[in-house]
Amino acid sequence: MQVAPSETSALNNYVPELRQQLFHYVLQLADTSLILGHRLSEWCGHGPVLEQDLAMANIALDLLGETRSLYQYAAELEGKGGTEDDLAFLRIATEYRNPLLVEQPNGDFAATVARQFLFDNFHYHFLRELHASTDERLAAIAEKAVKEAAYHLKWTSEWLIRLGDGTEESRQRLDQALASLWRYSGELTTPTATEKALQAAGIIPDYAGLLPKMEAHLNHVFQEATVPVPQGVFMMTGGKEGRHSEHLGYILAELQYMQRTYPGMKW
Amino acid sequence: METVEINLEEQFQARIDADISIEPKDWMPDAYRKTLIRQISQHAHSELVGMLPEGNWITRAPSLKRKSILLSKVQDEAGHGLYLYSAAETLGTTRDQMLADLHSGKAKYSSIFNYPTLSWADMGTVGWLVDGAAILNQVPLCRTSYGPYARAMVRVCKEESFHQRQGFEIMQTLCEGTPVQKEMAQEALNRWWWPTLMMFGPKDADSPNTAQSMNWRIKRFTNDELRQKFVDMMVPQAEFLGLTVPDPALKWNETKQGYDFGDVNWEEFWNVVKGNGMCNKDRLGARVKAHEEGAWVREAALAHAKKRAERAEAA
Repeated sequence: MQVAPSETSALNNYVPELRQQLFHYVLQLADTSLILGHRLSEWCGHGPVLEQDLAMANIALDLLGETRSLYQYAAELEGKGGTEDDLAFLRIATEYRNPLLVEQPNGDFAATVARQFLFDNFHYHFLRELHASTDERLAAIAEKAVKEAAYHLKWTSEWLIRLGDGTEESRQRLDQALASLWRYSGELTTPTATEKALQAAGIIPDYAGLLPKMEAHLNHVFQEATVPVPQGVFMMTGGKEGRHSEHLGYILAELQYMQRTYPGMKW
Repeated sequence: METVEINLEEQFQARIDADISIEPKDWMPDAYRKTLIRQISQHAHSELVGMLPEGNWITRAPSLKRKSILLSKVQDEAGHGLYLYSAAETLGTTRDQMLADLHSGKAKYSSIFNYPTLSWADMGTVGWLVDGAAILNQVPLCRTSYGPYARAMVRVCKEESFHQRQGFEIMQTLCEGTPVQKEMAQEALNRWWWPTLMMFGPKDADSPNTAQSMNWRIKRFTNDELRQKFVDMMVPQAEFLGLTVPDPALKWNETKQGYDFGDVNWEEFWNVVKGNGMCNKDRLGARVKAHEEGAWVREAALAHAKKRAERAEAA
């Protein structure tokens, strides 16, 4: 997906500090969809049924499209003449800013669905608000991505219900997945210092405003799935500031292998 | 009874000869039905198994653009599998049955997917050569006598030719790149050239079903005819790329206006077909594993659908 570059002058409207914060934040969004898309793409050819193999590849592809628009924008914000590929392939794990949730392993299909649902529920509601961003470029990217996110959320919501209200085994697997992944869900709506600054500047939505809508959708889906909403779980954070789990290093080793082995070439 | 049967066969052949497509509810000889089920399901299985060698490079693609293209291609292949399973089901089999035959090793898939993808250049070569060979096989199938198969192939061919161009473009980028990239492209061509020639199947002399399939217009060209077309089409493309086709016997033949080329290693071909290729066990193993580990997901979907239906009825 390509979003037309905004006027250079628009970028210059930001004071250097805000521009730097925006750069880091756009990277955070790009890293998030890249890493989650990477995880989903690992399913390729290994899904439980051909239709779902297709659906997961489809979602991965949407996320990758969003990733590219965001990295392209980040490269412009950085203003060093870098490309989307430099940002994806030449940064190390502690420079990656994705939340911990999206780097978690696929596990079984229930774990993948649970991870995806927790993310999609945030992503969709977030993009709806980001659409109103004072930053035109982010607003345009959100306008395209929200249509895709609506589809993703529908898919994961339906599967969460099928697994929760399916067989005893599917229910157990979903319970297990939620028990291990829930602790990563809070980071999505816990703002970092960068996010707080951008929220104050009206560039990104205040997460407090998203919470009621996210909760309402989650409660509805969990109720249909007959799954209780986990309570009192300690929430892990750090990914958005570069403090990751041990999983990310392996993802990057694989993701970046070609660019690291054959630097500076065109593919 | 005998007379009626003969009349049906004659009428059937007359329709075939007049190029009128055969549709699911039409009478057809049992052997025609069986041949088509075998061929279409084998074709569907090839799409499914064919996701694996390319899927192997999605997480390692060298740029985000290439990664997108590859993901989208593999997604198309899953879609082709779906069309083809549907086409085969119009002949009275089921996807479950076809998959069971694949998993037990009874049904085959294209021998090419038993070769490993060892470098990024393999993504270019597979697109350029393997999809190129598939297109030569498949374009005539757009006019095959069985309507649902022909219509599936029209859709498949449109996407397939797009993939093939993308594959060629990967090769072109490598060949116009650094010496290391060019070497990567040549090395991949060296490994894939002969296996691709094998995709057209055994020599006509060793292909006993060809005559019947041609009479029924399931097949429109023989294996050797298609293999010759392929070589004639690909050699100039390899030359354009500045790559060498790994066949010392390859030579332009002015009289036949085509290339003479060396003989395929048929011993290797039959070994791969029999399950002794580099990846046969891994490919089938991955499919069986996905199916078995996905059983509880499919059961959950069925159980939930049943509960929903019951609730709807009770309400």
